[in-house]
Amino acid sequence: MIAMQPQASNFAVPIDHMFDAMLALCGTVSLGVFVVMFWFCVKYRRGSHADREGRATQKLGLEIAWTLIPFLLFVGIFAWSIDLWTMLRTPPADAMPIYVVAKQWMWKVQHTNGRREIDALHVPLGVPVRLIMTSEDVIHSFYVPDFRVKQDVVPGRYTALWFTATKLGDYPLLCSEYCGTDHAAMLGTVTVMPAKDYQQWLKASASLAPAQAGRRLFVQFGCSGCHDPGSGIRAPDLRGVYGTQVQLADGRRASVDDRYLHDAIMLPAGRRVAGYAPIMPAYQSRIDEEDVLALMAYIKSLKAAPSEAEAGHAH
Amino acid sequence: MNATTFPGNVETTDAGYLVEGGRTLWSWLTTHDHKRIAVLYTIAITLFFFLGGAAATLMRLTLVHPDGRLMSAENYNKTFTFHGVVMVWFFLIPSIPSTMGNFLVPLMIGARDVAFPRLNLFSWYLYMIGGLFTVAALLLGGVDTGWTFYTPFSTMFSNSNVILVVVGVFVTGFSTILTGMNLIVTTHMMRAPGMHWYRLPLFVWAMYATSVVMMLATPVLAMTLSLIGLERLAGVGIFDPALGGDPILFQHFFWFYSHPAVYIMILPAMGVVSELICNGVRGKIFGYKFMAWSLFAIAFIGFLVWGHHMFVAGQSMYASIVFSILSFAVAVPSAIKVFNWLATLHKGTIVFHAPMIYTLGFIGLFTLGGMTGLFLAAVALDVNLTDTYFVVAHFHYIMVGGSVMAYLGGIHYWWPKATGRLYPEGVAKIAAWLMFVGFNLTFFPQYVLGYEGMPRRYHQYLPRYQDLNILSSVGAAILAVSYLMPLCYLGYSLFRGKSAPANPWRATGLEWTTASPPPEHNFPATPVVTCGPYEYRD
Repeated sequence: MIAMQPQASNFAVPIDHMFDAMLALCGTVSLGVFVVMFWFCVKYRRGSHADREGRATQKLGLEIAWTLIPFLLFVGIFAWSIDLWTMLRTPPADAMPIYVVAKQWMWKVQHTNGRREIDALHVPLGVPVRLIMTSEDVIHSFYVPDFRVKQDVVPGRYTALWFTATKLGDYPLLCSEYCGTDHAAMLGTVTVMPAKDYQQWLKASASLAPAQAGRRLFVQFGCSGCHDPGSGIRAPDLRGVYGTQVQLADGRRASVDDRYLHDAIMLPAGRRVAGYAPIMPAYQSRIDEEDVLALMAYIKSLKAAPSEAEAGHAH
Repeated sequence: MNATTFPGNVETTDAGYLVEGGRTLWSWLTTHDHKRIAVLYTIAITLFFFLGGAAATLMRLTLVHPDGRLMSAENYNKTFTFHGVVMVWFFLIPSIPSTMGNFLVPLMIGARDVAFPRLNLFSWYLYMIGGLFTVAALLLGGVDTGWTFYTPFSTMFSNSNVILVVVGVFVTGFSTILTGMNLIVTTHMMRAPGMHWYRLPLFVWAMYATSVVMMLATPVLAMTLSLIGLERLAGVGIFDPALGGDPILFQHFFWFYSHPAVYIMILPAMGVVSELICNGVRGKIFGYKFMAWSLFAIAFIGFLVWGHHMFVAGQSMYASIVFSILSFAVAVPSAIKVFNWLATLHKGTIVFHAPMIYTLGFIGLFTLGGMTGLFLAAVALDVNLTDTYFVVAHFHYIMVGGSVMAYLGGIHYWWPKATGRLYPEGVAKIAAWLMFVGFNLTFFPQYVLGYEGMPRRYHQYLPRYQDLNILSSVGAAILAVSYLMPLCYLGYSLFRGKSAPANPWRATGLEWTTASPPPEHNFPATPVVTCGPYEYRD
């Protein structure tokens, strides 16, 4: 049953090893419990002639043994699992980012060069891929059983998942967090292709690169009216801001990361940068998550201005 | 308890509490007698159990086909929500505490009633109001959020009667809190002379531990449900990120209640099984003190493991590590219990009456359910298994294989005491065996389905999962028969069964020293206790 499941990512084999080991351990212990139960039931059934002298009702040694031995076994299993867990949660620095936006009831994917797809995800063989995911509406969960990976996709924040595909082919993508009427139909396909074919597949798209698309949106939504250098309105300069720390109006400091940029666009009143009037409108219901991703790509592409005014506050 | 001081007449009376308080419906609906209230609960719980079971039957029928042609997706979603809400809040949580807990705790400690009899009746009314209200809301329109009410789906996106159901569950929660408080105070204040804590039957220990959890956890549910109402009705941003809220916060609140709630379901079952096994082997429990304190260990650690429901929800990697080791820790006292039950069998004189078959079934199924819990506590394995049928199988092994088996074992064991009638033993044994077989056939395939990646709450599924789903549905049919059988023969026994003597099982324990059914105030004179609970002499 276990070997029949395709093992199509770098995690599949180590996770299956651990699963098999657990199956062997827990199976043996359960079997032991059943055998002892059955044996006692037969041997000490009423009417049997088994020796019942000196029936004990407490033995401290036994109690300590069956407290400590399971505990030590559990610590061992825990250590093994944590080793795998840190691997699952630590993507290599060079992992290729792909953005995923979930909504009732579809998966929308955006690749580095701007190529988009729906209910499908193409990934190169043997290249670490990092999915950065958010949801338009309710909580979904990105689940590829044949990769043994799963991560909830939560509105209002970015969650991430990484893997290296190790086998060519098509694998089902499922939503595993109940998300409403068509939850069971929120399916997709992950296609693993040779790295070269993937590069060609990427190029076969006519879409703009995310940063360029973001620039267009930046103008279209009126962001540029305040945030472009040289605009007449006092608003934070966005050049080079990504990855820095900013001082907030309420006295806290915040790192400008994906989550911060996302919230600064959607609900700017929440964590406002010190020194600016709260005049930016909330874009919450006016812009969808994919456009936010494009805007972020644009903001990230802006290089820091070579001016002296940048020293104190990174706006 | 062989050494009670009253020489009173323990001959079977045909009367007891069943007629002493009056024979009218009104006398039942206004009773303060804990035994009558327990009977009221039993009737109501049975009704809810079969309603929830009907929903499960519909689901299993739909899942025979991968395309779910029997039901629309919307109706399927409403059906599993109905099943979950009814089974969790209106069957499992009150099942043992409100029926056997109510009936037996005063009898076992030698009291005339619970500490607050009127409050006890009030709890039943709260339960009924909440229950009928919820079932009405679920049947006339339905709710499609699942019993977990995850936000922001439940607060902003679901177009169903979320508020009505939340109100119903909220009201019923107070019934749980009050019952817990009643049992705690009863155990502290009303024990008969000589009934020291270490002379209490383990069932009373289990009810005490459960009551503590009920009182501490249920208010958090009430708070969480109120916040859902606040966000859904008034648009106050608590959980929905579009309003500035945090959906993960809901999961923390919800599981802070709902994980301990799992222990509200299983601790009483452990208490029942400990009583039944002692009668089945005709001897003392092995390791009484370990059995008593492991209940409290489970209850305590059970409050610290809620995050294991959220390993892939987006909580911090380090939080998951802490919750993982704590989840392993809670398995230790559970393991202690299983080993002590096994040791209790050693050198016993084992009788295989129906309650004992349920007990052995419980130990087996609880072991399998507990073992698979270890897979889920291991974070790295949980990533693949969570939100699949593996989890569905795991908690059904604990809650149905465990709690329901123990509940039915207890119902059979104390049936003669409560009704004054004997049930037909032969057919009861067949039902118990059938339940064991049907249960495994239903839920074991779901472990495999989960490992193969079939997510839960799916109204249609990939064709590669069909064979195991058919197997599971066949098992469910057998399971349904095994649940209907006790309904029939126990119903028959109620009217035509042979009269039961005071102590048909030749059991120890104060409840067996009084008549079957017991008189209105339980004992002719307050018993005096001089020894521990399981002094079997043969």
